[in-house]
Amino acid sequence: MSRIDKTFERLRRKKEKALIPYIMAGDPYLERTEELVLAMERAGADIVELGVPFSDPIADGPVIQRAGQRSLKWKTALRDVLRLAADIRKKSEIPLVLMSYTNPILRFGIENFFKEAAASGVDGVIIPDLPPEEGRTVIEGSRRSGLDWILLAAPTTPPERLRGLARQTRGFLYYVSLTGITGASLTDLSEVKTKLSAIRRITDQPIAVGFGISTPEQAGAVAGMADGVIVGSAIVRLIEEHMEDSDLPIRVAAFVKQLKLAVKGGRVRRMTTVGEKRS
Amino acid sequence: MVKSKTRSNPKTVPDQTGHFGIYGGRFAPETLIPALTELEKCYNSSWKDRRFQSHLKEYLEEYVGRPTPLYYARRLTEEVGGAKIYLKREDLCHTGAHKINNTVGQALLAKRMGKRRVIAETGAGQHGVAVATVAAVFGLECEVYMGTADMERQSLNVYRMRLMGTKVTPVDTGSRTLKDAISEAMRDWTTHVRTTHYILGSVLGPHPFPVMIRDFQSVIGLETRRQIRKAEGRLPDYLVACVGGGSNAMGLFYPFLSDRTVRMIGVEAGGHGIESGKHAARFADGSVGVLQGTMTYLLQDDDGQIRLTHSVSAGLDYAAVGPEHSYYYDRGRIHFTHATDQEALAAFDLLSQVEGIPPALESAHAMAHVVKLAPRLKRNQIIVINLSGRGDKDVMQVAKIRGVKL
Repeated sequence: MSRIDKTFERLRRKKEKALIPYIMAGDPYLERTEELVLAMERAGADIVELGVPFSDPIADGPVIQRAGQRSLKWKTALRDVLRLAADIRKKSEIPLVLMSYTNPILRFGIENFFKEAAASGVDGVIIPDLPPEEGRTVIEGSRRSGLDWILLAAPTTPPERLRGLARQTRGFLYYVSLTGITGASLTDLSEVKTKLSAIRRITDQPIAVGFGISTPEQAGAVAGMADGVIVGSAIVRLIEEHMEDSDLPIRVAAFVKQLKLAVKGGRVRRMTTVGEKRS
Repeated sequence: MVKSKTRSNPKTVPDQTGHFGIYGGRFAPETLIPALTELEKCYNSSWKDRRFQSHLKEYLEEYVGRPTPLYYARRLTEEVGGAKIYLKREDLCHTGAHKINNTVGQALLAKRMGKRRVIAETGAGQHGVAVATVAAVFGLECEVYMGTADMERQSLNVYRMRLMGTKVTPVDTGSRTLKDAISEAMRDWTTHVRTTHYILGSVLGPHPFPVMIRDFQSVIGLETRRQIRKAEGRLPDYLVACVGGGSNAMGLFYPFLSDRTVRMIGVEAGGHGIESGKHAARFADGSVGVLQGTMTYLLQDDDGQIRLTHSVSAGLDYAAVGPEHSYYYDRGRIHFTHATDQEALAAFDLLSQVEGIPPALESAHAMAHVVKLAPRLKRNQIIVINLSGRGDKDVMQVAKIRGVKL
């Protein structure tokens, strides 16, 4: 059982949902990323997704594009992100998932990547431009290393393909809430609900929903329909706004805490806004 | 120069999943996979459909102005010395470049799929203009993404697109050129995939784009075969074309791939020279990777980040190359070389002065190589250059480079 499986198992027993924040490794710089991960864990994050910067991120909106550019100014490479993961692993047991485009992994060497990522304490990998059809060597690497290759499903994915994705994914199925890129705004929750109940009938895998979720109330609403909620751009934007501030980890932790509270209940009944006091 | 030991049958690639050997494929976000499957199905059935083919033929003849001439460049041949030089006059297509062969085909497919909006990327602006043109004539809504660096050097084409009712959206990220325009168009497509068709402009991107665009462009080579047989009673010894993504080259080469006597040369952008690092010569200085949906040769650093490219010609200024070119490069069927900015500018002058044909700066790269190649060949040998576009769009830029105020 992987760390990710154990996390979902533990949460299921507590009837809780997973909060999965995403941040870009190396934004604003690598040492800060470590502090941010540990702060988010203390604030209630269940799994952390770490972005590996890439020069041409076709699935990402402007906020994460800019974060990648900031990280690349330091020439942050995949091997640096693996070193960061190993450092975090010395201090924490929180499941770590890397999100990387295909090319940096290919350049590193797929076999090599899985070997070194597993040794660094990484638990899973998401590759947004790699559908399973193109990933035979990635499947092998994933099996051999025990690292979860987490697949994505989209609103446009037809049912028969969905079944295949649900069967092949490990750790959880990442459901993309909208047709669009990261950081877009999610407006139609009813479509997400319909789609998620259809997926639920197909698979027992945990389902986490991402793209377009930026507020605690959205996170709460989505948590009512899924096993986990992924929040990326909203956190990355907060990092961008307070990059220079010494209390950056505290600010990020405060936001993560609000998200976790909303997600924990599975549903927030009342509209709550950032900074508002909750009972 | 050209290894010809491996026999390749162009009918066997790509395979069912769009792979040319290890190249090509479909490295796309999940949201786009169903749209790519739909496009593939629509394309496959349409290509075999007589009604579609007759529609396409009608537009290519009556609207685009095909067939384009294969012109024997007598004065250029005398000036350069050696082999006879023919020009395939794609510059005489409506809109001034070969790009429209593909956009007519894809616009017909968009209509068949019931998509009312089309989007595109553009580098030199020639593809953007060709998309804006078909959007106007087929009554489709159109948006074109263009890097701000390219908008500066191709301002004439920006205005042409706007005249035809197209929205031109500046892309200010990364290198602010073709690569970034493609990423932005892919993001738009991901967002509006249900209503929009993405008219990609070269033999790039995820399957089925490389094979589909090659087929739409292969009219260039098919006409050339007929025309050279009529003029010379035989096939040419050399085909030469510039290669950015590689659609004009693939369009010319493809119908000749099985003809062992016909040698093919693709000319990449040498920029300031390979050793300067400022160029777009993927085969001279690149390695295999995945960019924007396809596995192919590309310019990248040790960490797998895409390198910045440079060329005087916006249409060749791109870090990757069509996957089918990579396949035939490995097999030695297509040879690749490069021409520098300076060489291309000299060829631009030469063709203008001895034939009265200013070539596009892209096509001038092919011309620049022929200036070196022809004198080494016998006088009874034949070279066909794909004159993929006309140079009107580059006149302002050439003047600027030379400090001439217009």
